[in-house]
Amino acid sequence: MGKSTVAAAVGLVAARRGLRTIVAEVAARDDVTRALEAQEPGRYDEREIAPGLHHISIDPEGALEEYLRDQLPAPLAEMLAQSRMFTVFAAATPGMRELLSIGKVWELAQAARRTPGAEPYDLVVLDAPATGHGVAILEAPRTFAGAARVGSVARQGHTIHAMLADPARTGVIAVASPEEMPVNETLALRGALRDRMGLDFARVVVNGIEHSRFSAAEAGALHGDSEPVRAARWHHARAGAHHNQLNRLRRGLNGVPCTTLPRLHVAEVDAGGLDELAGRLERVL
Amino acid sequence: MIAQRLEGKRVVICAGSGGVGKTTTSAALAMGLAAQGRKVAVVTIDPAKRLADSLGLEDLGNEPRLVDPERFAGHGIEMQGELWAMMLDAKRTFDELIGRLAPDEGSRDEVLANRIYQELSSAVAGSQEFTAIAKLYELDREGGFDAIVLDTPPSRNALDFLDAPDRLTGFFEGRALRVLLAPTGLAARVVGRGTGVVFSVLKRVTGVDLLQDLSVFFRSLGGLIDGFKERTKGVKKLLADPATTFLVITSPEREPVEEAIFFRNKLREAGMPFGGLIVNRVQPFGTEPADEGALARELGDTKLAAKVVKTWDEARVLAGRDQASLKRLKAETGDSKPVLIPLLEGDVHDVDGLVAVHAHLFG
Repeated sequence: MGKSTVAAAVGLVAARRGLRTIVAEVAARDDVTRALEAQEPGRYDEREIAPGLHHISIDPEGALEEYLRDQLPAPLAEMLAQSRMFTVFAAATPGMRELLSIGKVWELAQAARRTPGAEPYDLVVLDAPATGHGVAILEAPRTFAGAARVGSVARQGHTIHAMLADPARTGVIAVASPEEMPVNETLALRGALRDRMGLDFARVVVNGIEHSRFSAAEAGALHGDSEPVRAARWHHARAGAHHNQLNRLRRGLNGVPCTTLPRLHVAEVDAGGLDELAGRLERVL
Repeated sequence: MIAQRLEGKRVVICAGSGGVGKTTTSAALAMGLAAQGRKVAVVTIDPAKRLADSLGLEDLGNEPRLVDPERFAGHGIEMQGELWAMMLDAKRTFDELIGRLAPDEGSRDEVLANRIYQELSSAVAGSQEFTAIAKLYELDREGGFDAIVLDTPPSRNALDFLDAPDRLTGFFEGRALRVLLAPTGLAARVVGRGTGVVFSVLKRVTGVDLLQDLSVFFRSLGGLIDGFKERTKGVKKLLADPATTFLVITSPEREPVEEAIFFRNKLREAGMPFGGLIVNRVQPFGTEPADEGALARELGDTKLAAKVVKTWDEARVLAGRDQASLKRLKAETGDSKPVLIPLLEGDVHDVDGLVAVHAHLFG
């Protein structure tokens, strides 16, 4: 789908407009830094990967330690972080990883950062997990707030949820490819997001769309059996299928703005490719 | 080609990242096995609506339904066996499992009514993986099918799937929590005051009501724990059974390729049977440069020929990438002859599309 690529491109657009921006990845895969050719994958701290653009790969265990240090006197935090029972608790409680990850995203977005010595960001771009898990992670704070009712988890859960569910502070960009299943999933995601978070998409980015190079008349003249001619016919047919899916998506979205990004004919999206995509997004964001 | 690899297999698990055509491949595999005369069930998760419609899956019964063989008539598939299909309903599967494991109706209802259970069984990441495996185990135990094909949930981390039984059983056992919740229990005696401190800090951090709710939750689950443990053992045995096979499905793009290699290695570590690779969406063209002059003669139009060359050059880049991916996949997974399915012109969401994929799988 190229979700990480689009997240990086959105981050790049914001950074170029002078916003101090961070792209936060939650599933420790370092896709964004790879696209930007940054070094040292596998690190969990915030670092600048392009002028004004930062990246962090959020690790729930690290976020838990940070949270405890912030909430508790140092010796207690130390003890808890090292207590195996607590680690087991955190790892075994379903949804805890999601809560800790989204909690860190919230922390990144605070004007007064809790992380010692950290500077605030103007924009946090969350490269969220795929559709089903994506809503689960956004929902985690409220789920836990509901379960805890009182205490600091409940209080913070409500605070984080309030930020996530506020369209003035949080915008959801859905990334889809122009094919049957992703289009269905995107439409289903919109319903789930509205039902469970009260949020609508701010925008849908359709990534990897193929535009035909041939007019209908030209396509009709593509007779022949050589491989390049067959490839041209194939390209034209695929482009047609993509446009049908795009139209279906647009109809289903009734009114949500929708932007397309072309399929890049490169082996892997590199800094140059990202630049091209950011340039296209710049016009609409 | 795939037929040999699936000979004598009772359980076929299709694994891989999302967006690589896993559902379609699973359905086409099941269709092919059924066409050969076996009674096959395909368990899919959230398939494309039109694919589901084409198989007659509108009904979310959470039990396999026979796909009307008439649906394949006229599509070049002669159905000698039976194809059954179902869409997994995670929440319902979970509830059914609780029903099976609960010693009596009272404890079943208590668990089902528990707020924490309700939140955890539906919303939580990992419950889909867990219920998919639970359903597979159930279907295999009932023994109604010659083969079961499981389309695994689209999971970014393949490990979620292999770990699911352990993780959820671990949680339901709630050993760590029960120890904490009983400050006068064994742990308190062993660890002494330390536990009391951990307990009170936990209270302060998480909010006391969460712990109380959890405590009630675990008490009501108490009678089910042994059943869960038994089940986990059975599931693990089934996953490692010689009649079970994991097919790793990928596309030639970098991320799914890395995930496929990662998953292959995890299978090796876990001692689970690897049945081979299926590489979907392979660029169906070569990498040789085009001869523009020859094309102009073929088409009788130099302008059109130039456009064809441009399109061809773009396709060649991707074909080159795909060849490099295949080379890497072969070397890293040890499967020297993966099954290749070309990127098709349109989407696969009807019987004809399934038949096209089937032709590449069984051709």
